[in-house]
Amino acid sequence: MAPNDYHTPDLLIKGGSIYYPGADQSERGDILIKDGQIVEIGEGLSSNGTHELDATGKLISIGWMDMHVHLREPGHEHKETIESGCRAAAFGGFTAVACMPNTDPPIHTRDVVEFVRERGDDTPVDVHPIACVSQKREGEQLAEMADLKAGGAVAFSDDGSPVQDASLMRHALEYAKMLDAPIINHMEELSLNPHGQMHEGAVSTRLGLAGIPSLSEEVMIARDILLADFTGGHVHVAHISSTGAVELVRDAKRKGIPVTAEVCPHHFSLTHEEVETRSFDTHLKMHPPLRTTEDVEAIKEGLKDGTIDAICTDHAPHASFEKEVEFTAAPFGIIGLETAWGLIGRELIEPGILSIAEAIAKITTAPRRVLKLAMPEIFVGAEANLTVFDADTQWTFERSHIHSKSRNTPFIGSPMIGRAFAIYNRSQLVENDV
Amino acid sequence: MITETKVVPANDTAEPMLQHRHLLGLSTYSREEIELILETARQFREVLYRPIRQVPTLRGVTIVNLFFEPSTRTRISFELAEKRLSASPINFSSSGSSVSKGETLKDTAQNVEAMQIDMVVIRHPSPGAPHFLTQCVDAVVINAGDGAHEHPTQGLLDLLTISDRFESFQGLNISIIGDIKHSRVARSNIHGLTKLGANVTLCGPKTLLPVELDKFLPDSTIRITSSLNEALEGSDVAMALRIQMERQGKNLVPSLREYHEQFGIKVQHLEQHKDLVIMHPGPVNRGVELASDVVDHERAVILNQVTNGVAVRMAVLFLLSGAAKGEG
Repeated sequence: MAPNDYHTPDLLIKGGSIYYPGADQSERGDILIKDGQIVEIGEGLSSNGTHELDATGKLISIGWMDMHVHLREPGHEHKETIESGCRAAAFGGFTAVACMPNTDPPIHTRDVVEFVRERGDDTPVDVHPIACVSQKREGEQLAEMADLKAGGAVAFSDDGSPVQDASLMRHALEYAKMLDAPIINHMEELSLNPHGQMHEGAVSTRLGLAGIPSLSEEVMIARDILLADFTGGHVHVAHISSTGAVELVRDAKRKGIPVTAEVCPHHFSLTHEEVETRSFDTHLKMHPPLRTTEDVEAIKEGLKDGTIDAICTDHAPHASFEKEVEFTAAPFGIIGLETAWGLIGRELIEPGILSIAEAIAKITTAPRRVLKLAMPEIFVGAEANLTVFDADTQWTFERSHIHSKSRNTPFIGSPMIGRAFAIYNRSQLVENDV
Repeated sequence: MITETKVVPANDTAEPMLQHRHLLGLSTYSREEIELILETARQFREVLYRPIRQVPTLRGVTIVNLFFEPSTRTRISFELAEKRLSASPINFSSSGSSVSKGETLKDTAQNVEAMQIDMVVIRHPSPGAPHFLTQCVDAVVINAGDGAHEHPTQGLLDLLTISDRFESFQGLNISIIGDIKHSRVARSNIHGLTKLGANVTLCGPKTLLPVELDKFLPDSTIRITSSLNEALEGSDVAMALRIQMERQGKNLVPSLREYHEQFGIKVQHLEQHKDLVIMHPGPVNRGVELASDVVDHERAVILNQVTNGVAVRMAVLFLLSGAAKGEG
């Protein structure tokens, strides 16, 4: 999207209620923005001719952040580009994303970090690259982490190629500690999962699909917790999915070990049973896999008690032709930016697992704290970085709501609760009027 | 006599029908549908023993056999069944996944269908490939084995073979022995046998029993054991599964020698269990799943299974082609 499409330096957001960061309740307040900065907050502000956004009955928070997305550029632009991914983020209510380095070339040198950042500059969404732990994501030689950090990388991860070598992980944690950046590990001991296609359990047994045991995730988390404890480096558990994994992280946090965790909406919205009921639908194939009802309950408990810090989407676009194949040939992953808040509302807020304030924290303050980013604020003089939303609109997710370049989602036709209506960031306003 | 007032079976008043358009697996087929296929197969079996072993039933019906996995007997069996019914079979074989040769399964199927095909028989290494195929083409789809998921015509031919020997499935004890984890034969048999009322015991080394096997069926119990003696005790039929040699070296069994020692059925077992019938889906690794003398034993019905395979496939093709014609 060209910068001018959404350029709105002056804006009055009228009639909404504001959730200030950290507050339990919202407060009525109009927000007047001039040149992208908040210049006045109060009730009954008048626009005096500036563009007005009617937020009557809606809520306002600092802009949301999705700390785990795949923007596919450079290298896989047929799936997504930084521009299309940011459009999807904006319509999902996010003003910031952190993108994974499994591009081609991978984000393993400073020039690629800078390329990704620059491509994000034109969009209303802050794009924070996550750079590789190892050169070429090969798990052998550390990438130039300090240079990558200087270029704008916010964290390090080899993404879908988990760091298998314990010694490399040890040194990565030591080195990243020096840089005050987390190592994000896709937790999987690959030798326990040679050709896994779905969660190993009763359903994989019935369907004859090779299983991905929870054990492969838990063994790796246990190792990384020990390494984090030993090195003092910060390890962040990517997309946690099993009961045992939640328990490991809970115990580690209790001991003061520097570990944090994130979870994706699909892991608390769907279970492995769906693979059978939807007859091998490849939109149910992701890493880690959909697990059991008990795992979903454990995740909700972990979100509630703070074991799981953040909610992210693992937005993983794949072209239709890539997903329209037999199950074992399909790539792992689904898109998630556009459905995140509707699923959080449906699965967490509506049933009373999280309050609205707690849910917002999982996608605003928590991810920025994990990545040690500057926190947007809502006060006079602050740069306006805001999301306008509600937590009770009931709607059905349709194909037409997808702004990503890819459409690989199992949620078309699914009920959603809560909607993002607009974001404001970098002097740009994106209204979601679909 | 009182039998005069017997209710006329529905089959006599209306043409018996399958409720399904495709045969993807036995998990979704009802007992009645399975019994209908078996009954039809018995009728077709007679054709196999006629001087001219062919009937004109499916004349003009084009069937493509899409085989994405090496297969000799299943492919030949389907092809024979098609020819016995006077259908026009076309064979398409490609080892490995279709993706590896650059064309997707969807494209392959749609290209074949563009040549006006009525039915597709598919063998594929990926579980669910036949299910996916039903979304790509209008033709009737018959699963000839999808990975470790199902092999419904094998399950049906096994049922037919058992029914040749025993009056009823009710209360019959069937043990399936070997690599349950990777076996589509086991899965189809579990569904078929339990639907007809048999008791199923699954036996194999712990490494070849998939997790949560006890939850395989929601409302029936399967007996699970890693002791061959326990499995054979009280069994009417022992069905040995093929150990796939290519899985050697994956630490699932230490050696074939040890496997045979622990799980191979030997002549002594036939001596201990005087009525035990031996089945095997083939091809047999002599001296591994079954001692060589057991393969040739009079209570081994392995070749009857092969003959029944043709009859069962004729029945399935016939019954599903009716559906195809109805919608065409």
